[in-house]
Amino acid sequence: MKSRMAATLLAAALIFFAGYAALFIAPDERTMHAVQRIFYFHVAAWMASFTAFFIVFISNVAYLATRRMRWDFLGVSAAELGVACCTIGLITGPLWARPVWGIWWTWDARLTTTFILWLLYISYLLLRGLLEDAPRRASLSAIFGVFAFLDVPLVYMSNRLWRTQHPQPVFFGGNGSGVDPTMSRVLLLCAIALLGVMTLALVDRYRLERLRYEAGELRMAVETRRADLESLSSKGGR
Amino acid sequence: MTTARAAAILLAKELRLEFRTRELLNSTVLFALVVVALFSIAFEPTAAESRRYGPGLLWIAFLFAGSLMLQPSFAREKGNDTLDALRIAPISPFAILLGKMLANFVFLSLAEAVIVPVFAVLYNVSLAGVAGRLAVVLILGTVGLVVTGTVFSAISAHARMRELLLPLLLFPILSPLLIAAVEATASLLAEQPVLDRTWLAFLAGFDIVFLTASWLLCDFLIEE
Repeated sequence: MKSRMAATLLAAALIFFAGYAALFIAPDERTMHAVQRIFYFHVAAWMASFTAFFIVFISNVAYLATRRMRWDFLGVSAAELGVACCTIGLITGPLWARPVWGIWWTWDARLTTTFILWLLYISYLLLRGLLEDAPRRASLSAIFGVFAFLDVPLVYMSNRLWRTQHPQPVFFGGNGSGVDPTMSRVLLLCAIALLGVMTLALVDRYRLERLRYEAGELRMAVETRRADLESLSSKGGR
Repeated sequence: MTTARAAAILLAKELRLEFRTRELLNSTVLFALVVVALFSIAFEPTAAESRRYGPGLLWIAFLFAGSLMLQPSFAREKGNDTLDALRIAPISPFAILLGKMLANFVFLSLAEAVIVPVFAVLYNVSLAGVAGRLAVVLILGTVGLVVTGTVFSAISAHARMRELLLPLLLFPILSPLLIAAVEATASLLAEQPVLDRTWLAFLAGFDIVFLTASWLLCDFLIEE
């Protein structure tokens, strides 16, 4: 319990410091000025959501291979957090695009891919909500999860061939790309802070899912027992 | 029994079932025609505009019609627990899935064979000279739609609100197929028709990826 408190405090401090760094420590961008500062959390949210969706895919495959419910718990937990982070990305993006591009939204490759990704994982969560039986929910949603993950590169490729407008990656890019070293350090800090918060939430959400499952199992056991007892007592009464 | 033979028997069973009533085919074709008519009423396209928006309209109509048609594919096996009977038969689970996919492919292709000429007449689009090439695009696009749609029909058959769920699962996944199919169709309906090999290859890639995935995952899909 103590380590849990310490981890929460650490994550809170990190996210606070990351916010401070993004607003005050990172240097001003030459043409975009203050608006550009949203980029630190926009890109960090994107990294966090892709990490989360990758965890969903790993859990889906691992569930199908092992049939252990723990992978299903991890899958749904990561999917919810991925959708949350993806939502942050989809909200911060247009806030930046409006002053810089002059439009809130455009159907460019990355934007469309992210939007479809968001829809896919919302459908994944919706599907889970509509399947009653726990093992069946686990295996059918895992199949859907694998299909969704396979679809992501296809969505990106199709839109890439079609049209694209999003700024090219400035990190690890070719010649002419690159940013001020302080900027990349601030981005790294924001990414670590957001991933830290996500990991904490993931652990909690996983525990919640496991407890829900156990509670469901216990409820079923109680009902079976009660039905047995009732049939026994009605026989005894006769 | 080999998978191919089992799938062929299941295909024959699906076709016999459907052609007794033709309920599914009639309603799907009618639905797609309603979409085509509504589009014309809503936008009043000129000849140039139909050439510009026609391919998109056509594929949106196929997607809607396809999701309607695919919905009962597995759901109607639930009524008399006939899926359990199929499952205990000494055939591979992929044969069951493949039989359904082939049947759905036949149904949707038949529907398209009616819709495309009607669309060409209503929107003044000339298909002369491109019919063969258009058929290639339609076949590749329909295979992708039917493969993913049949798998998702099996998934959604177990869920509550399954009629609503299937399009919600299917349409986001099909977005790359929609782009590729619309672009390939558009380049065929242009003033100088060309067969866009990039999009054709993309469609084929889509089909192969999801057919392989369904083959790998069908054991989990068709289980108790």
